[in-house]
Order: sequence, then structure tokens, then C-alpha cells
Amino acid sequence: MGDKKVNRRDFINSTMRLTAAVAVGGLAGMAVGKSNSGQYVWQIDPFECTQCGRCATECVLSESAVKCVHAYDLCGYCDLCGGYFKPGVKNLETAAEYQLCPTAAIERKFIEEPYFEYVIKKDLCIGCAKCVAGCTSFGNGSLHLQILHDICVDCNECAIARACPSDAIRRVPADDPYLIKGNFSPDEPAEWVNKS
Amino acid sequence: MTNNQRNRTILNRIVFILLFSMLAISSFAQTQRFPKPEFETGYSQPSPDTPEPRALGIEYLDVLVLVLALSLASWLAIRKRSRKGLMWLSVFSLLYFGFYRLGCVCSIGAIQNVALTLSDPAYAISIPIILFFVLPLLFTLFFGRTFCASVCPLGVLQDLVIVKPIHIKPWLQKALGLIPYIYLGLAVLLAATGSDFIICRYDPFIGFFRMGASFTMILLGVVFVLMGLFVARPYCRFLCPYGVLLGWMSRFSKSHLSITPAECIQCKLCEHSCPFDVIDEPTEELKHEEKIKNRKRFTIFALLIPVWMFLGGLALSGVHGFLAKAHPDVYLAELLIKNPGLKNDTENLDVQTFLASGKTMEQLVSEASVVKSEYYTGSWILGVFLGLVIGVMLMNQFIVRKRTDYEPNKTGCFSCGRCMDYCPVKK
Ligand code: SF4
Ligand code: SF4
Ligand code: SF4
Ligand code: SF4
Repeated sequence: MGDKKVNRRDFINSTMRLTAAVAVGGLAGMAVGKSNSGQYVWQIDPFECTQCGRCATECVLSESAVKCVHAYDLCGYCDLCGGYFKPGVKNLETAAEYQLCPTAAIERKFIEEPYFEYVIKKDLCIGCAKCVAGCTSFGNGSLHLQILHDICVDCNECAIARACPSDAIRRVPADDPYLIKGNFSPDEPAEWVNKS
Repeated sequence: MTNNQRNRTILNRIVFILLFSMLAISSFAQTQRFPKPEFETGYSQPSPDTPEPRALGIEYLDVLVLVLALSLASWLAIRKRSRKGLMWLSVFSLLYFGFYRLGCVCSIGAIQNVALTLSDPAYAISIPIILFFVLPLLFTLFFGRTFCASVCPLGVLQDLVIVKPIHIKPWLQKALGLIPYIYLGLAVLLAATGSDFIICRYDPFIGFFRMGASFTMILLGVVFVLMGLFVARPYCRFLCPYGVLLGWMSRFSKSHLSITPAECIQCKLCEHSCPFDVIDEPTEELKHEEKIKNRKRFTIFALLIPVWMFLGGLALSGVHGFLAKAHPDVYLAELLIKNPGLKNDTENLDVQTFLASGKTMEQLVSEASVVKSEYYTGSWILGVFLGLVIGVMLMNQFIVRKRTDYEPNKTGCFSCGRCMDYCPVKK
């Protein structure tokens, strides 16, 4: 009788094991059916971003992975740059008090009369979007924020994506990890990526 | 500067300022306001700086390392019976999955990706994440929780800091052991509704791996480590949602670490060796009347399970509105309905962004109510699940399984191998 009991227990165990295996397998199968062999990373859609400033503070890293990127192709090389100067400045000079950027991360270089090139110093930029706001409302909008993937640790859920009031951050394929203005159109279908 | 040039500059500025003020009030924000200049000096324009992310190949390398670590851990726990080996493997896993891979994506967090992909048609999960979710479960189904023993970076971090584990009363262990079920259920609900990934957000140890986090998260991590000196593996035992799944697998595992390699000689040396109090003692032979009484109680509690399930569902669906606030849309909609005055609060970013987006209040409310109805269904399921868990737990009290030897409790045992070391029987 003791043997029978052991046998019965073994039988229950193997049945349960099989059930568990089928359950896990089924779950995995269903997930594989919806999977994508590629990897994805987080990126900001510059056409959705409303320059709220949270990118500077919400990243899990102490130095935000978000920085300003300059799409030179779209830049007007303006003398009076809406992203560089504080609104209402009269002297278009390079002194820090005239600059919009709180860390003076934008470098203004004279090219030829009357054009200037604006270069972002990556190590100074904190991703606050102040310049982006200026450039977008008064200029061509060539300055915009992107998540830089040499800094980003690719969180399972981007902390900024959750905090972003405009839902501007979404997953993009890792082999095409940037949404640089001018290189993609805002209505590009987001096919397999989601906007959780 | 020649006169001509100066004039040009001034003219330019005037045109500029004119355009500037015109465009500031115009609304088509994204059109090219100023044409790209044609440079005369042969200036070539730089391209934006876009550093590449980690290559996809490395993601599969991680999976390979996971498989190797799981195999090695299982071999060490079951064949080699080496506590030392498990410990060295732990150190490796802590360094690789923890500090090098920065603890992300981990199997625990992968629960949420799986939940989201099954509920949201637009979300495609990646294969490495599925593998991170499935492989430890399958290994556990065959060899017990060797993943917990020395692969999971969170687990090994806690295991390596155990100094003087205190004994926790069984009833308290049971009660606290309910938290992981609740956490699992909530995490799945919030992930499936696209609200939040709470397992990732409240991972107490990831701040150490990344060497930086918000102050509260670092504080939480420190509290867990300090607590872990005395309460062994507090996160594993009283929070980890993946541990729930692993426990189910381990309970029916094909093989499992055993305390003694041969026959137990009832020396009781291993009795207090387990820092997690998961060694089951030999059972005493029950009296006949006791057995009958137990069987009766068992039947009663088995019959009560549907009642618990119903009550659970009823209770949680009653608070679905509260739970739904985890979703930003629901939160914002309710906030604005309650305090319409907030619309004038220029400091409130979420409100201002919503107002500027051109979305109407009706749209927001209807979106929020869709989410809310998902929450209604979801919290019914969650409540039924928790009712089932509690019901089964109460029922199980009256199953007395005959045990003649000291054995690890297969559900709770982390296969850490400490008890093996205490057993005087060697071979
Ligand atoms: S949080 Fe969103 S809206 Fe705010 S700056 Fe970042 S991307 Fe733009
Ligand atoms: S994924 Fe993480 S590290 Fe990257 S930008 Fe978002 S919060 Fe920062
Ligand atoms: S119980 Fe959870 S946290 Fe602990 S080792 Fe296992 S999977 Fe990791
Ligand atoms: S291997 Fe032994 S000491 Fe370790 S958790 Fe399991 S029963 Fe406890």
C-alpha cells in the first residue's frame, strides 16, 4: 500500500510537471508568435516632443541620456538663433548672459557673413530642451532632443517615456535607433513598435 | 567690414526680425522658416552625432551565458553537490548579469514584457527577452530553483550578504509569503494595461548595479541590504514575483537538490542550517481521529475555495477605479474632473501639455474609460487569482504528507546548498 501511495504521488508530480511545461511552452509560443527577432531601443519622436524639460530630470541615470542633437541639414544658420539667444536680446554676442542654454553647451562659430554654425558640446548638454523650445518656435526646429545610445542603458521601460506628458518616447528598431529630424517623416508608420 | 557688407548685415537683421515676429505668431511650426544657406566659402556641414547602441549579437551572447550559468548551477547543486562552486558561480553572475549587464533585462522584469505583448497587439517582444523569461522556468522544472541559487543577480546579491539569519515564525512567513502573489498580480495587471512596469521601477538593487539612482531608490536598496544581513533574502522570499512562478515549477521538478547524498541518519544537524527556514522536518504519525478530522477540514476548505475566489474578485473589482489611476490617462482625466481649476495652473506640466495638444476633454475621458473598463476585467481576474491562492494555502494546511527524513521544501528552497554542507553523511 505504501508503494501505491508513492506511485500515486509520482504520477501526480509528473502530470503536474507536464502541465507546467505545457503552460510555460504555450506562453512562450504565444509570445514568440508576436515577437520580433530584432532588438529595440527607446527614442524620442522630435515631432511629438513639447520640450517640457522632464528629459533632463527623469532619466534613471544621474547624467541624462537625453541630449540635444543638431540636424544641420535643416538649420538656417541664423545670426539671431532662437535656440541660442535668450528672447529679446539686442546684442548678438557670445557672452553667457545672452545665451538660452543654462550650461552654455552650445558653441557658436562664425562661418561666413551672415551665417553661424551651432555646435552642441555633448558633455555639457543636460537635455533640458530650452534651446529646442527656442529653435522650434522661432527657427527651423533643427535643434531637437534624442536619446544617445552610448549613454542610455536601455531600461526595460524608459523612465522618461512614462513621465513624458506628450507620449513622445517610443521603441524603435535598434538597427535604426535615431529619429533625426529631416531623416524621417513624422507620419512614418510605427509598424511593429509600440508606444506604451 | 566694408560698407556693402554692413548694409547687407543690417538688411538681413531687419528681414530676420520681421520674419521672426511674423512666424512667432504663425502656427505651422515645422515648416522650414529659413532656407538653408548656400555657402560661398566651401563650408561643409557636419552631420548629427548619433552613437550606436549595443549590438544585437551581444543580446544573444547574454542568453548563451544564461544557459551556461543555469546548466552549471544545476550540475553543481545536484551532481557535484558543491556549495563552494555555487558560491563562485554566484559571484560571477553578480558581476556579469548585475554589474556588467546592469541588471537589465532580467527574468523578473521579463514577466511584464510577456504580459504586455500578450495584451497589446502593437507591442512586439524581442526573442532574447522571451528566452530570459522561459529558460529559468524550464530549468527549474527539471532541477529546482538553481536559477535562484546562483544565477539571478538580485538573489545572489542578497545571498552573499547574509550574516546572521534570524528565524521567522512559520505563520508570519506564510502571511508575508502572500505579498509576492499580490505583487505578481499587480505587475501583470499594470503591464498588460500599458500603465507601468512596477517591477523595474521598484527594483531595489538596480541602483547598485548602475551605480546611481534616485535618492529614495538608493535608500530602499540600502534598507534591503541591511535587512538582508539578518532576514535572509528578504526580496526573494517576501516580494519577488518571479519567485512565485519558480516556486510552482520547483514544486513539481524532476530532480531537486537533496540534503544528504545517501540515507538520512536523523542526526538533525541540518535542522537549523537553512537561513530561509525551508527545511521540512520529518512528520509525526498522526492519530486516527486526527486524520479523520483533517480530512474533513480539508474537504471543507476545498469547497470554500470558489467562495474565496468570488469574494476576491468582488473585492478587487470594487477598487478597480483606484488601481486604474496607475494609468496616466485615467489619472489626468480624474484629476481634471475633480479640479477643473487646474486648467489655469501654468505650473502643472501634464495639464498644460494636454491643453496644448488640442485634445478635447471628451476624448481624454473616453480614452480613460476604455482603460478603466480593462481594469475592471483585470481586477476581477486578479481578485479571483488571489482568492484561489489564499484558498489553496488554507486548504494545504490540512494536507499532512508523510515524511521520514529532513527534506528541503521544494517550493521555497533556493538550492543554495548550505544544508548539504551540514550533513555528515558524505557518499
Ligand atoms: S519628456 Fe517628452 S515632451 Fe518633455 S522634453 Fe522629454 S521628450 Fe520632450
Ligand atoms: S531608457 Fe533609461 S537610461 Fe535610457 S533615456 Fe530612458 S531612463 Fe534614461
Ligand atoms: S526569488 Fe526572485 S529575486 Fe530571488 S533569486 Fe529567485 S528570481 Fe531572483
Ligand atoms: S539548499 Fe538547503 S539551505 Fe539552501 S535554501 Fe534549500 S533547504 Fe535551505
